Amino acid sequence: MLKDVRGAVRAATIVTVVGPSGAGKSTLLALCNLMQTPDAGEVWVWEREVRQWPLRALRRRVGLVMQQPVMLPGTVYDNLAAAARLHGEPEPDGRALLDLVGLPWDLLPRPAAELSGGQKQRIALARTLANRPDILLLDEATSALDRASAAVVEALVVRLVRERGMTVLWVTHDLAQARRISDEMWLVVDGRVVEQGPTAAFFDGPQTEWGRRFLLGQADLGQTGTEGDAGR
Amino acid sequence: MSLWALAMTLAFVAAAMALSIWQRLGLEKDMVVAAVRATVQLLAIGYVLKFVFHVDHAALTAAMVLLMSVVAADNASRRGQGLAGRFWRVWVAVMATEIATQGFLLAARVIPPEPAYVIPISGMIIGNAMVASALFLNRLRGEAQARRDEMTVLLSLGATPRQASRAVVKAAVKASMIPTIDSTKTMGLVQLPGMMTGQIIAGADPIKAVRYQLLIVFALIASAAITTMVLGALTYGRLFNQHQQPVV
Repeated sequence: MLKDVRGAVRAATIVTVVGPSGAGKSTLLALCNLMQTPDAGEVWVWEREVRQWPLRALRRRVGLVMQQPVMLPGTVYDNLAAAARLHGEPEPDGRALLDLVGLPWDLLPRPAAELSGGQKQRIALARTLANRPDILLLDEATSALDRASAAVVEALVVRLVRERGMTVLWVTHDLAQARRISDEMWLVVDGRVVEQGPTAAFFDGPQTEWGRRFLLGQADLGQTGTEGDAGR
Repeated sequence: MSLWALAMTLAFVAAAMALSIWQRLGLEKDMVVAAVRATVQLLAIGYVLKFVFHVDHAALTAAMVLLMSVVAADNASRRGQGLAGRFWRVWVAVMATEIATQGFLLAARVIPPEPAYVIPISGMIIGNAMVASALFLNRLRGEAQARRDEMTVLLSLGATPRQASRAVVKAAVKASMIPTIDSTKTMGLVQLPGMMTGQIIAGADPIKAVRYQLLIVFALIASAAITTMVLGALTYGRLFNQHQQPVV
């Protein structure tokens, strides 16, 4: 699905990945913690190619929040404590994790399956954060949230980047969100990263026809020429 | 029972065939094949058993048990398509069950080390292990497909394949043990078990027959548990590829 992808993400920054549906954005994230394996090419995380990492260590340090917030069986707390239990570590402070994502404490004993879509999304994020990853892969992590809840998550992620030095690769369809939070943007079209650069520059003057048409909201980006700078 | 009396029982097959023809089920040919196969197989095993009992040698008894386990593994491993290496995994699970249960019965001197005891009881243990294995393999794949997202979440949190598939294996073990447990619950109320019935018809004291039947029932519960747990431990890894991604 992905072809000729080349790019680096600087530590302690937020990179948003945008592009039309089916462009390969989720695949790009899944390659970073080896939930999918590249057919060709390499994906490096710090000093090692992902296939050279001990998998448990890689997936702890590179946390993934999936597009569909799948809840594990049990209560909200069981979900938040899942990572600690897997690794035989002390149970986390459930209230503190709920505070992080702006959810009330009384959710802790509730069956996770009964939550709303937006609550599940935030629990999925808190569950991943409980693992204390250094890199966070977010796949449409606020798509089911209202504006206020999304703002809580955005502020949290920005704070984690500034305070903990976390690195974030965030797939989003929300261009306003991308503009608010990211240091850099990658535009993925038909499996290729057709434009990448500082967020401000992308919005002020995209370098490619794809970029221009994407900002204008045109859906048929796959029909645009074969060269990234076509139509310049 | 005389051969003439036995031949008379073919009337049952004829009746079933007549019903099949009447209702146009198209099962007549299968019924003839099944009746012929059952007759030939049972007569053959009858003569083989007569020979083995007569020779009364441990190696021959072991060979019989081995043969039964291979046939059982071959049959059960036809389930669970897509799981590579099923045959030997099922065979190991079946043999582990046979060795554990039969070993206990012999070591505790519950039954004498004679082919007339070891072979029929092994047949029941291995047969039950075969059914449990087939159910397990069938269920494992379905559970893994139904819980794929859950396994993916666990793996992405750093779970090992064993941890990620624990709930899947547990559900498959439970599902494959239920028939054995349920049939045990209704034993004597709904059905009189085959071995006990056979002993009683052959003239044995019903109380003595019940004791042997209980021995078998308890062994079968252990057999289902051991088989499915061993098979679970041997097969969960096949649900993932080398990069610990779900493959079912």
